[in-house]
Amino acid sequence: MPLRTPPLRGAHDDRGASFTDFGGWEMPVEFDSIKTEHVAVRESAGIFDVSHMGEITVSGPDATALMQRLVTNDVTALDVGDSQYAMITDEDGVVLDDTVVYRLADESDATAEDDGESYLFVPNAGHDEEAYDRWTGYRDERGLDATVENRTEEYGMFAVQGPEAESLVTAAASDEVADLSRFEARWAAVDGVDCWVARTGYTGEDGFELIVPWDETETVWAAFDCQPCGLGARDTLRIEAGFLLSGQDFDPEENPRNPYEAGVGFTVKLDTEFVGRDALARAKEDGVDETFVGFRLTERGVPRHGYDITNADGDRIGTVTSGTMSPTLDEPIGLGYVPVEYDDPGTDVNVVVRDRPKRAEITTTPFIDQ
Amino acid sequence: MSFDVPDDLGYMESHEWARNDDGTVRVGITDFAQDELGDVVFVELPDVGDDVAKDDEFGVIESIKAVSDLYAPVSGEVTAVNEQLFDAPELVNEDPFGEGWMMEIEASDPGELDDLMSADQYRKQVE
Repeated sequence: MPLRTPPLRGAHDDRGASFTDFGGWEMPVEFDSIKTEHVAVRESAGIFDVSHMGEITVSGPDATALMQRLVTNDVTALDVGDSQYAMITDEDGVVLDDTVVYRLADESDATAEDDGESYLFVPNAGHDEEAYDRWTGYRDERGLDATVENRTEEYGMFAVQGPEAESLVTAAASDEVADLSRFEARWAAVDGVDCWVARTGYTGEDGFELIVPWDETETVWAAFDCQPCGLGARDTLRIEAGFLLSGQDFDPEENPRNPYEAGVGFTVKLDTEFVGRDALARAKEDGVDETFVGFRLTERGVPRHGYDITNADGDRIGTVTSGTMSPTLDEPIGLGYVPVEYDDPGTDVNVVVRDRPKRAEITTTPFIDQ
Repeated sequence: MSFDVPDDLGYMESHEWARNDDGTVRVGITDFAQDELGDVVFVELPDVGDDVAKDDEFGVIESIKAVSDLYAPVSGEVTAVNEQLFDAPELVNEDPFGEGWMMEIEASDPGELDDLMSADQYRKQVE
């Protein structure tokens, strides 16, 4: 299957980016160096092309009912312009994907609906078609009156992140955006282009995510004079922040996890009715056997996805799901699952790096101050 | 993009270079290789006194994004390793043919050096 390409593929190539297949999209992985890009985001600002993220809008009289049924969080808590992090789970409570749900402001041309609330949610790369099928399938099965549209290839998406992100976005936007609180969003003109500007992000820094009409991505991208960053830096930044990566830190096939195991139980509102609710109510009551933890190696080595975690006796107790040499801390850090009896910060474990156990210590996340 | 390929070195297809000084062979990775790897964060090298065999793995280099094995250009005994790299692996990025060297081997069969690629041959591989 041919790779899907972001609207600025050519511009990134001209800028010297290297590319990778990420969720079926050909995305820039590195522009200058992962470390340079990472440090720019921690110390000043960087801009990421994250157009591989999906955009699905849901509108009409039963939009709220449909959203509420298919995500774990309580969408009725959202005022216009609010957003929330949520899980999409199956009947067994297994996380299929994680997403951010925005309650849209109705004045947008692109999403206007005369009746009912409208929402935009952002599934991960390569999950947009599956999410669209799931939403339309439930809508049809239950006879709900809601319009579901997969707009993934109508919108690009950029993330401007870092301590200078607010001043950069304020300078580029002709509408007020600096007053947005975390997880708030609104339509705003950025260099003359109407964008959905949200104070969200995936780096552990203050920042904004902009959803931009596909054909005008070049204008908006060019409005930001800061370090372009690829998916490599996005990964090291999000690991330092302790954030999950869909398909790597959880995966319905390879590594099925419920939200409590994955450390995102706060997204589950058991007083709402959603697919997987009953299973998750039982999981909450029974407790979980394993939990998602952070750790740091106290010996030289770099933890990588798939490495074993062992206890002092050398018994395998878990698996590394993500790991890196932290550019901020200059030490090897990682994320993974261990039995609950090992999840206290300070607990000694080992990570098996190419057949050699390396000493590690369970730590709290995020690894960095936020 | 053009990469530095010094004329006085021998090269392996796997991107190691070898500098022969009367049978003492210094080994590192090329400018092209360090650029492909990106930010080097970890280097695992043999101990002084270890024996290595031509074309066998002698160590591991890791960047933020990738892990690669390192291969020996000649057989022999390891007489020195660049311990600076343990604390400053970024030297491989900054100076791959100088401060970023990895080990020295006392070659047991210096004739093995003749099997390495010349600078011109290596340029053709990476261009």
